[in-house]
Amino acid sequence: MAKSPLSTYKFLLLFISWWAIWAFLQVSLLIGFGLPTAIALSDSIVSNTFVALSCGFLSNNMQYYLPKKERYWYILFISLGLSGIILLACKAILVPLLSDRADGAGYAQFFSKSWAVRFDIVFLQVACMAILSVLWYSSAEEQENRQRRNDAERLAKEAELFKLRQQLAPHFLFNSLNSISALIGSRPEQARKMIQQLSDFLRGNLKKEEQQWVPLSEELQYLELYLDIEKVRFGHRLDTQIVCAEDCMGSKLPPMLLQPIVENAIKFGLYDTTEAVTISIRARIEAKFVIIEVENPFDPETSRPKKGTGFGLSSIQRRLYLLFARADLLETRVAGNLFTTIVRIPQTDNQAPAIENKQTT
Amino acid sequence: MSTNNNTAAAGEQVKAIIIDDEPLARMIVQEYLQSYSEIVVLQECGDGFEGIKAIQQHHPDLIFLDIQMPKINGFEMLELVEEPPAVIFTTAFDEYAIKAFESHAVDYLLKPFNKERFDKALRKWLDQRVTRTSDRITHAPGAIAHGPAGAAPNAADTEALLETAAQSPAQQQRIVVKTGGKIKIIPLEDIHFLEAADDYVKIHTHNGAFLKNRTMSYFEKTLDPAQFVRTHRSYILNVQQVTRIDPYEKDSHLCILQSGATVPVSKAGYVKLKGVLGL
Repeated sequence: MAKSPLSTYKFLLLFISWWAIWAFLQVSLLIGFGLPTAIALSDSIVSNTFVALSCGFLSNNMQYYLPKKERYWYILFISLGLSGIILLACKAILVPLLSDRADGAGYAQFFSKSWAVRFDIVFLQVACMAILSVLWYSSAEEQENRQRRNDAERLAKEAELFKLRQQLAPHFLFNSLNSISALIGSRPEQARKMIQQLSDFLRGNLKKEEQQWVPLSEELQYLELYLDIEKVRFGHRLDTQIVCAEDCMGSKLPPMLLQPIVENAIKFGLYDTTEAVTISIRARIEAKFVIIEVENPFDPETSRPKKGTGFGLSSIQRRLYLLFARADLLETRVAGNLFTTIVRIPQTDNQAPAIENKQTT
Repeated sequence: MSTNNNTAAAGEQVKAIIIDDEPLARMIVQEYLQSYSEIVVLQECGDGFEGIKAIQQHHPDLIFLDIQMPKINGFEMLELVEEPPAVIFTTAFDEYAIKAFESHAVDYLLKPFNKERFDKALRKWLDQRVTRTSDRITHAPGAIAHGPAGAAPNAADTEALLETAAQSPAQQQRIVVKTGGKIKIIPLEDIHFLEAADDYVKIHTHNGAFLKNRTMSYFEKTLDPAQFVRTHRSYILNVQQVTRIDPYEKDSHLCILQSGATVPVSKAGYVKLKGVLGL
């Protein structure tokens, strides 16, 4: 909840000074009308104290109840009512108190003559305070809402990125374990090797979730590990080819971005044809972008890759958009029975992803 | 088993086929089967096409079947086999498939599985086979058919299993048919309409019509109702193909498709069609 404006030292000081000036002006005015100084002073202090207390009370209470836009006319009624009460209270205290004094003979008459002007001034003061409070609280509320919306958006974005990154296919894991189980009986050495590979792969998977950016060389090494495991599973059917120019080995990319693309290539390469399959991965640098192409065969008769996002690539498209705020970084191409996924990763000097920049500002 | 001499199954060889696209997965089934001298593995197949051929050739009693395989999956393969043998599924984690198995009492092995679990599945099947075969001999001595007679799974069970499997997201994109000796995969968007034809359903597509050994209600249940509407007792049509709907005789309409074909629409079918098209 927003704090009352009077709870800040600066505004409280302003409020008190405002009240003091008003009281001083009223004293001068009353003396000018010919009232004795003592009476003018008492009148001014009592009535202005009431006004100050009412304003403080009003402002404080709006913390708990703020009229909605279509009910702003409530403020008018509250201010009118409050002004009436202030005036009645002033009369009840001041008239008996000051009329008894030796020099206060005409005070009662003076008060009833001046009530309309008094009411005017009090109403203006109270209404002004009410309107200022409404503005203060609604802007605080607005700010709070915006903050909350930003927080929610940021959380959703982070969660989405985490989810997109973390799609380790359970099929892969369980089938690999089954292959190991089969190897244990006849080829225990190879089983041990595959356990090692699978462990390295899983460890890499865990580690990468914490990192924001990884070098391409590391990512390719990791993919090779993954492909080696798949080769044990699919035997002679799977062949792979990785071509990477020396100058792009050091380029940086988001972790776990290429793996789903290669997984997709394997899925459609191996499950869409019955022949032996070659999956190619090629990387090169071009004008501040590292360009990675993943190619797999498919059967054009039974699968129709949709233009743009291709088979199951929409989650990668989404992730690239969340990271770079661009929708043109993923592209697919069909030539004959070859399907190619092309991903372009912008290479900036500071290597900070766009999302990080946004969060800090 | 050696003392059990009052059943036809005792001592008889059991013919089995292993269908899995991963060589190591086939290897472990082979290994586990070594302790069963009565079970002979006639062939190992690396995909569903080979599987169908092998089943037609050998008429096995039992198959070990993987689900995720190249081109056509295990369920689709089973759809194309005329008299499916008993099936033990071997599969990695697949929530949807497991639901199908559980509700239709066909056994399945979750990869990786150990020898005990494998034995349990096989024992269960072998025992059932003995009971079923002896029942058959007692109650209907002349009625033993050729092929995988004794232990063939209940036909209704298989039908229900395939129906559930066909509703999985992977299979909702296409229909697999056998035409002549060839297997054809029809993407759903190629389908114009389906027509009842005796015991078959005729699937009309861009590239001609194909017959599939299923019922209209099977397709009505498994195809996406937002795309395929049963407009008539004998017709289901792809709403994306509709160009025009003309009134026909009393209470009925005719639907004209992009291909020029006309499909009858009954009174109830018209209401459904209007609902899907948002008219």
